[in-house]
Amino acid sequence: MPRARQKLKPIRSSLAKAPTGIQGLDEVTGGGLPKGRVSLVCGNAGCGKSLLAMEFLVHGALRYGEPGVCMNFEETEEKLAANVASLGFDLRELTKRKRLLIDYVFIERNQIAEAGEYNLDGLFIRLAHAVKTIKAKRVVLDSVQALFAGVADSAILRSELQRLFRWLEDHKLTAIVTGEAGVHTLTRHNLEEYIADCVIALDHRVTEQISTRRLRIVKYRGTSHGTDEYPFLIDEEGISVVPITSLALTHKALIERVSTGITALDEMMEGKGFFRGSSVLVTGTAGTGKSSMAANFVSAACARGELCLYFTFEESPSQILRNMRSVGLNLERWVKPGLLHFNAMRPTSTGLEGHLAAIHKLIARLQPSIVVIDPITNLISASGNFDVKSMLVRLVDFLKVKKITSMFTNLTFAGDPQARTTAAVSSLMDTWIVLRDSKPNGRPRRELYVLKSRGMAHSRVVRELIVSARGLELGGLLADHSTAAPPAGSAKVVAVE
Amino acid sequence: MKNTATKKRTAKAIRSDFFILRLYIAGQTPNSVTAIANLKKICEDKLRGKYRIEVVDLLEKPQLAKGDQIIAIPTLVRRLPPPVKKIIGNLSKTESVIVGLDLQPAR
Repeated sequence: MPRARQKLKPIRSSLAKAPTGIQGLDEVTGGGLPKGRVSLVCGNAGCGKSLLAMEFLVHGALRYGEPGVCMNFEETEEKLAANVASLGFDLRELTKRKRLLIDYVFIERNQIAEAGEYNLDGLFIRLAHAVKTIKAKRVVLDSVQALFAGVADSAILRSELQRLFRWLEDHKLTAIVTGEAGVHTLTRHNLEEYIADCVIALDHRVTEQISTRRLRIVKYRGTSHGTDEYPFLIDEEGISVVPITSLALTHKALIERVSTGITALDEMMEGKGFFRGSSVLVTGTAGTGKSSMAANFVSAACARGELCLYFTFEESPSQILRNMRSVGLNLERWVKPGLLHFNAMRPTSTGLEGHLAAIHKLIARLQPSIVVIDPITNLISASGNFDVKSMLVRLVDFLKVKKITSMFTNLTFAGDPQARTTAAVSSLMDTWIVLRDSKPNGRPRRELYVLKSRGMAHSRVVRELIVSARGLELGGLLADHSTAAPPAGSAKVVAVE
Repeated sequence: MKNTATKKRTAKAIRSDFFILRLYIAGQTPNSVTAIANLKKICEDKLRGKYRIEVVDLLEKPQLAKGDQIIAIPTLVRRLPPPVKKIIGNLSKTESVIVGLDLQPAR
């Protein structure tokens, strides 16, 4: 009977989500927190859980039309407002507009005597009253553990907390409950035992004097999620999480080409240059012209009207501008109209995770078509002992998904061309250009060759790289860098040879 | 005269041995009913003529919960004499109530 069949609705494949509005977190969780459920956010003091919860409410109120109630057991309304004012959140204004309601629950530790049976209906009534007043859809309880200090009978408290979480779900409120980390458990009072749907753990570690913040989704019922630790950043705009942007290699390979900025190098790559959206590694010993190559690349892109983002970890932007003038490149003319953005960071200012989070954020904001990281060596030196490769995979994936062509420079040391760092990143790269010094007959010169370039028949010859006031040029052919037969595409070059 | 009456009441309230007790309940639950009965009995025994009980039902006036920072129900608040004291529970443990309210007669 077709009519009866039509009535059968397909099973909903995924849970309804309430977006947090926190950059990266919604990607990691597949859309946000479980809607109408209680999530636990736990971690040590200062790990950012209160901030995460508050952002969830503020974004909910401002972007998603969901007013929120914050029951705060630790800080007064005034203190809370002052804490987040630096992030540009105006809690007083939101409160006035009835998009937010903060209820400070003060628990007297010593003044309360107990004489007979009781329950926590007072708390329920306060919460229900607050929710009703602003028609709230979101609730934050930060942090209910304070109740353990004020209520002596923990058996009553536990059953009341369970009742409270059920009450929140019965009223279809999306809630965050925060909890302090315990010694051997996620939270001090095992709150995680009561939260079935979503548990997020935050962590703040200091390794080799560099602090890093990480976020881990411990459980998320009904949603596939990564169990990895995601680095996150707290800055003047709040929290941003660095996600693995593609869990699978699904980004589309583009066939469009981008000039390298050096005509002769373009010729070595089928006459067209790099693939758009590909990643390029430029390695070389000190002074071989890596930054000059990167500068040529961005200058050519700016001349085409493309937006470029240049991360520098070694030199200040003005230093780069000055140095590039000496090789005939005027980059200032691209900085002024906003086509070329420099971002200078000290490698040791934060950990690799922090840098990556900052890079992600800036890229997401500016939407450039070219990104240069100069040099990646310094970035890696900031990583401590964290898995550099997995972090870089995330960055490279992120760039590819965004169809951004990227160039990474990498300093190698004489006699150690296959350094550890190079080995870690080279396999991620689509194109690898090697620069080196050589002294045939006592006359020093720079040499360049394309070690690999996926998806194209690139030239395999070694050419001299001439850096002068006129810019970067390639000199005569020196040798074939590989013994393998040259591919058909480079026949033209070989013929000249 | 209304004014005089208020003055009289204030004067009475200021007397150091006068108790103003506020009991917060939430509807007529068994614990609420028990607490009211227990409180009346204890006051009659220990404070005859020197007390006033105000019962606040938070189901009717939820906005009043914030002022005295009420979490548990029932909660008894000793508003006078100072300092403010709180006792939670249905007040069935008479000894705890007497100690909590500081009702021990000075010997």
